[in-house]
Amino acid sequence: MNPSELSLGWKASVNEVAIGATAAEGGTRGKTVKIGGSQCIPWLSFEGAIGHRPAIAVEIWDCGGSTWPGLLQEAYGSAIADPVAWAKAAAALNPDLLCLRMMGTHPSMNDSSPAEAAATVRAILAAVDVPLIIWGCDVDEKDNVVLPKCSEAAKGQNCLMGSAKEKNYRTLVASCLADGHKLIAESPLDINIAKQVNILAHDVGYPLENIVIYPTTAALGYGSEYVFSIMERGRLAGLGGDKLLQQPALCDVGAQAWRAKEAVASEEALPGLGSPKDRGPLWETLTATNYLQAGADLIVLRHPDAVRKVQANIERLYQTAAAAV
Amino acid sequence: MYIIGERINGMFKNVRAAIEGRDKKVIQDLALSEVKGGADALDINVGPAKADPFEALCWLVDTVREVTDKTLAIDNPKWDLMEKVIPRVKGNGIINSCKADPEQLEKYLGLAVQNQVGIIALTIDQRGVPSDTETRVELGAQIGAMAQDAGLPMKQLFIDPVILPVNVAPKQPEHCMAALRQLAMLSDPAPHFVIGLSNVSQNCSNRHLINRTYLVMAMTAGLDAVIADPLDTELVNQAITTELLQEKMIYCDSYLDAHRMAK
Repeated sequence: MNPSELSLGWKASVNEVAIGATAAEGGTRGKTVKIGGSQCIPWLSFEGAIGHRPAIAVEIWDCGGSTWPGLLQEAYGSAIADPVAWAKAAAALNPDLLCLRMMGTHPSMNDSSPAEAAATVRAILAAVDVPLIIWGCDVDEKDNVVLPKCSEAAKGQNCLMGSAKEKNYRTLVASCLADGHKLIAESPLDINIAKQVNILAHDVGYPLENIVIYPTTAALGYGSEYVFSIMERGRLAGLGGDKLLQQPALCDVGAQAWRAKEAVASEEALPGLGSPKDRGPLWETLTATNYLQAGADLIVLRHPDAVRKVQANIERLYQTAAAAV
Repeated sequence: MYIIGERINGMFKNVRAAIEGRDKKVIQDLALSEVKGGADALDINVGPAKADPFEALCWLVDTVREVTDKTLAIDNPKWDLMEKVIPRVKGNGIINSCKADPEQLEKYLGLAVQNQVGIIALTIDQRGVPSDTETRVELGAQIGAMAQDAGLPMKQLFIDPVILPVNVAPKQPEHCMAALRQLAMLSDPAPHFVIGLSNVSQNCSNRHLINRTYLVMAMTAGLDAVIADPLDTELVNQAITTELLQEKMIYCDSYLDAHRMAK
């Protein structure tokens, strides 16, 4: 049987979302990254166009790198102590984007002020020219005062801002509309809420075409199969014509993979699983590679080895799918 | 659910007056509110005898076309009129309707294929409206076979098992549903199945309630298109909710808005 006979003949495609504004577009980024655009089940190129390569964002924090697992701290060395140096080290890995998490604004971390957060955003935008994801500390009240300032500081740079949630979306949506940013719509492993956050953002005037969904990510061994099925179901509905599920999907892999004991435990603690030096980055790589099959369009990673390995996996999948047409 | 809005019909007093006075605004406002209410297509019926029904029908079609590109269902029993008007909605129209007598059906199917429009075919022949399930199924199967022979794409065929008012024909709602179930099972690829919903409650009290209830019942039997009043918000809400419960969409708290927005 010819594989094309298996094609389900999809009616619709995943939205294409561009992140980052170059000088010509009114920003200072060195490039614009496009994600989405797929017209098929992930990688099944006989069904339709496979769209853009999934993009990789390397995660950095505005401060608090010292709380990261030792292997990650080793990978970035002293740069991890300073957000600008850290951004430069991450940009040197040649990722598509950087993902700046404002963890320093967390009340139980540094509780940094909105003005301090905005200054960090400005300094990083001046130091590197990679398109940027800016993500809050996940405490709604704090994010609602910090993110508008970060958004203003990055006005015109066409960043991806996170995140809008079912119970907290108005402030961030307003900032993204005012300052020309794309939006992450987050849902807690729930396809119904994924759809609902999108329509809520739409109802307050935000274009569905500018949204990237974050359906929550789990590490390999910690519920990733559940996330996989949620992502897959959303993608099938989107391809089938549901406009509220045609958004590209983001996976926050680094943060989750490095919470797994398999990624960080010593050889003595987990005998037989090999050196954590390999095991940690591999846990991250495999978590990410799994989601590439579920339709991940943007993957946030932490360890340089994982970045290189996932980049290689994406390239291999992309070339194989392209060659099969 | 494919909803064909029934409101642009000369049977309604305001529409008849607008046609007679050539009042575009009344017709266009009505067309737009039907679309807003959830209509995928609009039925166009000039109503009872006009001095020049062709001219009136053309005016009605052109008037509605000025404000919407939705599919227009030309609702008239006369072949001569249908033959002349259908080219006006080429590629984006529906013939409403024709009967299942082979000679007549062949003629209408030819007109539909030639103009790339849909066609509503009733399970009625010279014997009249069937009083049972079996005749409906027999005529429905015949319509399906002839449409395939004529080269009509199945998505352009709407088989109508003909519903009658429940106050005078109490067994007909069940017969219609049984016929829908059997026809849906018999046909592959499946055509659309449609009914003129308001017929079921003709001259009854609680018309809205009867219409809404029967729509849900018929949908569970395989109905996927309906000629109905899209200004009845509750009716449209029930159709959307039925599809939700049939797992034709993914739930979210605002699923009614989500469904309307995506139209």
